[in-house]
Amino acid sequence: MVEIPSKKEMYCALEERHGVETQKKFSEASVAICGLGGLGSNIAIMLARAGIGRLHLMDYDRVDISNLNRQQYIVSQLGMYKTQALRDTLHVIAPYCEVTIDTLRITEQNIKELLNDEKIICEAFDKAEEKAMLVNGVMENFPDKYLISGSGMSGFSSANSIRTRKVTDHLYICGDEVSDMDDGIGLVASRVTLCAAHQAHMILRILMQEYEP
Amino acid sequence: MVKINGNLVDAVGKTISQYLQTTDYEQKRIAVERNGEIVPKSKYSEVTIQDEDVIEVVSFVGGG
Repeated sequence: MVEIPSKKEMYCALEERHGVETQKKFSEASVAICGLGGLGSNIAIMLARAGIGRLHLMDYDRVDISNLNRQQYIVSQLGMYKTQALRDTLHVIAPYCEVTIDTLRITEQNIKELLNDEKIICEAFDKAEEKAMLVNGVMENFPDKYLISGSGMSGFSSANSIRTRKVTDHLYICGDEVSDMDDGIGLVASRVTLCAAHQAHMILRILMQEYEP
Repeated sequence: MVKINGNLVDAVGKTISQYLQTTDYEQKRIAVERNGEIVPKSKYSEVTIQDEDVIEVVSFVGGG
């Protein structure tokens, strides 16, 4: 068994890759991730690897066999709550990332109380209606927060159509904004992960005070 | 005239709700951006579209 590196060793390795000033910003950051499917599970792992200090993970669902084609869960986690399974995975990747979980459904009614603490919020649901609900709810209750949403990553169209678009000074949408899961075109890890990477990357850029996609 | 999703539209004087009723958007899947801000859903029937407004109706699609 390899001994788990100390917090200082992990931090120094991150500083070496990202730069001292940037790493300080990442380590002090706290990010909320709403939905832990193909987008959210990938985004959480990317942000934890980048050394984000704290992640707030929210999802009501359990790991299902149909998730394994694209979501960051493993067979032995089938049936577990996604919040708990992902927290376990994050702990073995980035043991010093502080992970807070809420196993519940996010609704118009609880947005205000659930998302009060984080300045950056990631929308990572799969249903279009829930995406719209969260975007409207966050922008109405917290107009000064940053919201990074994913819309349009279904199917097998070109990887190059996935991009990040700045809609307002506080709202970014990643994806092709067209391909709809409800059209029965499938959902594959490579394309969903591309969108997740766009979202995670935009979050890192915002933390570095780089606000253009 | 008003620019909505890049097209010039004669919608001055209509509320956001009234404008949306003339379209095929699924209201549960959209957000409306007006001059750089997201319009709260509860204000759709109060906000009146002004001349030279730039509006975007953002439609979300499923998958994640």
